[in-house]
Amino acid sequence: MSEMGAGVDHSHEGKGGELLEVRGLTKIFGALRACDAIDLSIGRGEIHALLGENGAGKSTLVKMLFGALEPAAGDIRWKGKPVSIQSPGEARGLGIGMVFQHFSLFEALTAAENIMLSLDDKTPILQVAERARELSKAYGLPLDPFAHVGDLSVGERQRIEIIRCLLQKPDLIILDEPTSVLTPQEADRLFETLETLRDEGKSILYISHRLEEVKRLCDRATVLRHGKVVSHCDPRQETAASLAKMMVGDDVDTVRRTGSLDRKGEALLEVKALNRPAANPFAMPLRGISLEVRAGAVMGIAGVAGNGQGELFEALSGEVLQDKADAIRIRGTNAGRTGISGRRLLGAAFVPEERLGHGAAPQMRLSENLFLSRHVTDKRALVGMFGTVRAGALAKAASRIVKAMDVRKSGVDPEASALSGGNLQKFIIGRELDRQPAVIVVNQPTWGVDAGAAARIRQALIDLARSGSAVLVISQDLDELFEICDTVAVMHDGRLSAPMPIAEASFEKIGLLMGGAEPERSGLPENTETA
Amino acid sequence: MMRLELVKRPQHSVLFSAISPLIALVLTMIAGAIMFSILGKSPIDALYYYFIDPLRETWSLHELAIKAAPLILIAVGLSVCFLSNNWNIGAEGQFIAGAIAGSILPVVFPDFQNWLVLPLMLAMGLAGGAAYAAVPAFLKARFNTNEILTSLMLVYVAQLFLDWIVRGPWRDPGGMNFPETRDFHVFAVLPELMPSAGRANWGIVFAVLAAVILWFVLRKTRKGFEIRVLGQSPRAGRFAGFSSSRMVMMAFLISGGLAGLAGISEVAGAIGQLQPSISPGYGFTAIIVAFLGRLNPLGIVAAGFVLALSYLGGEAAQISLGLSDKAARAFQGMLLFFVLGCDTLIHYRIRLAGRAVRGGEAARNA
Repeated sequence: MSEMGAGVDHSHEGKGGELLEVRGLTKIFGALRACDAIDLSIGRGEIHALLGENGAGKSTLVKMLFGALEPAAGDIRWKGKPVSIQSPGEARGLGIGMVFQHFSLFEALTAAENIMLSLDDKTPILQVAERARELSKAYGLPLDPFAHVGDLSVGERQRIEIIRCLLQKPDLIILDEPTSVLTPQEADRLFETLETLRDEGKSILYISHRLEEVKRLCDRATVLRHGKVVSHCDPRQETAASLAKMMVGDDVDTVRRTGSLDRKGEALLEVKALNRPAANPFAMPLRGISLEVRAGAVMGIAGVAGNGQGELFEALSGEVLQDKADAIRIRGTNAGRTGISGRRLLGAAFVPEERLGHGAAPQMRLSENLFLSRHVTDKRALVGMFGTVRAGALAKAASRIVKAMDVRKSGVDPEASALSGGNLQKFIIGRELDRQPAVIVVNQPTWGVDAGAAARIRQALIDLARSGSAVLVISQDLDELFEICDTVAVMHDGRLSAPMPIAEASFEKIGLLMGGAEPERSGLPENTETA
Repeated sequence: MMRLELVKRPQHSVLFSAISPLIALVLTMIAGAIMFSILGKSPIDALYYYFIDPLRETWSLHELAIKAAPLILIAVGLSVCFLSNNWNIGAEGQFIAGAIAGSILPVVFPDFQNWLVLPLMLAMGLAGGAAYAAVPAFLKARFNTNEILTSLMLVYVAQLFLDWIVRGPWRDPGGMNFPETRDFHVFAVLPELMPSAGRANWGIVFAVLAAVILWFVLRKTRKGFEIRVLGQSPRAGRFAGFSSSRMVMMAFLISGGLAGLAGISEVAGAIGQLQPSISPGYGFTAIIVAFLGRLNPLGIVAAGFVLALSYLGGEAAQISLGLSDKAARAFQGMLLFFVLGCDTLIHYRIRLAGRAVRGGEAARNA
């Protein structure tokens, strides 16, 4: 690794030396070495990728650079001088800015007000708005400073965060998974902005697990695995497969999608003109959603987060009931007025987006979490006389699922919160698949899950469909949808587009729909160039 | 600079779940000893009168059971509430409501005398407490009001209503104008267990029975799972198909009913009539009992005896050392404080962060 790194280092010396140098940076949480002797150097005017799976130590490293965590050992040199960064304020003072993956904006305030709140000095609001407008023009980040954040799309919110960061005139900008919430078109525009910043001599530390965009954008890459640097490399010299192998440490199984069934299966899940008013001012109403998933098929719902996917899931699962019983039909039975237990008895299964606190109770053991979603459907096996829980049967079923899905855990029956995200997700999906449900609705099946577990989950969903069930996958991850779906539709602003067969879909088509570019709905500021 | 850091444990500690109440007890004794010495009393004497003296004689063990019975009965009901994330602070009011409802028969119909009276009284006490708890439960389930406030405020309503009823309509006609009801007739009195040895009555049997039954329900049944999951993660509970508003009603009805049963048992047992004041704060002390017992009904039985001891000890210390009865209340308060504090150890461990890390940085900065 050092050979490669040294070679690349050399080529960058002409640009004015290293801006940031990190040697042996270590952070220990209990028994876990989250970061173990990390070396990293970022030159001036370079876009540096930080690659790694979930849990590889990317966030820990970045938090140490941004002063949010204290390193246990190691040095940080900034512009050639050793520094100790005690707080995010100090980091900003040095010239390190950060754009977080999860935004910290007040929805009820305007963009300019949000920016003003983060400034240390007391600049008048009009001046802030003026500077924000200048920056937004200079970097191609269209933004109305007086728009309320609650009315803005995720992409626009991210622009506020970026402008807020740029106002501090940083030399190094850290971006944490910036494209995970963007449409492909929005991402393209972000890349242009980042390239402009690079040309001005600013440096960017770009955290991502999307290999194609790293290859396209970044000059150098540092790959982390299990808290250690496995490679410093030039991503342009690598293939996506070789980068993935560095991240995972092994070849990732590719998901095999056997040809979809030719004959049309019967519709197992039907949704007709489903409406739901917004539950609160910042929730998304559902507007006339209709869809149909047939036996043997995987249908995908794409869309940028916050366009009604969560609301749709709650309506489908029966956590929120519909006004009309025939708005949702499961295996030909009206289920709109039936609660989640009744829908499960009809043969449906559900996997929500949030693992801890929704799909599973964090403080409860795995066997109890199995009981959570199965106590009605498997009443005979799991519930004894006087309503007692059959612990033996439960333990047996839990270990069957653990084995089938290769769930890695410590202890026989640990609490759900003790499992890593990927392993808990495998358990939650396995818990539903174990029933062989006729219909399964999964929201973000592999969000925050490492590549190995993700491949396993996707394969399991395809296999379930091919065995004759109907699978509906709601996901923000387009790669995932293209990998597993037979048809795909797009959610935007609480509406669902007409589904298209995956063979006819393309990233561009889907991306346009994600931005809201339906024929009758063009003219949004997002799409003026593209629509 | 030395500082203490709380570090989250990856999984809750089984060891500290078991011993945290004991650590809390020890810390309470230490703090209590300091408090007594500040009050100018010998801490050793005070602790002796609090914790040893009441245990030395059979009759006073009976007194202990009398005090422990209502505490346990109320606290096991509260454990259902607290486990399901419903904060019923009004058990004192439900205790009084149960006592009043159960007293209707012996006070208003004193001539109705047969063996049916006592079972009916107990049932009416149960129903009265449950009905009184249904008020904050309904308000929470229907209007999302804060049950801590509503249940607490209803305590004062119950206390003043009791005060009014024993001075007014229910005052004993032959009682020389004392604010009391007539003495309960023999069919309306809860029998003593061993009359020759002491005053302990069937109340303690009800309490232990309720604890065992609720322990079984909470640990072993689907209903118990429902209670726990709705308390820990309401959204996961809804995902499991359970209804939180139904749980609000059920938890309040159970805890109100048991508090009401405790109320009528106290009146029909130890007191024998209604008076303006029938409880030395059992409904509030039971909150401490519930937490000291770690919301586990069997633990609550043990915790109930500990707190009952603090009542008796308080009386003993008052008589022997002239300590104010407020000292006993302060003692109970400290116990709750330390119990809740020690619970932190179950999910966190304490780490001493020394100078080493900072020193390294200082060297680097130099």
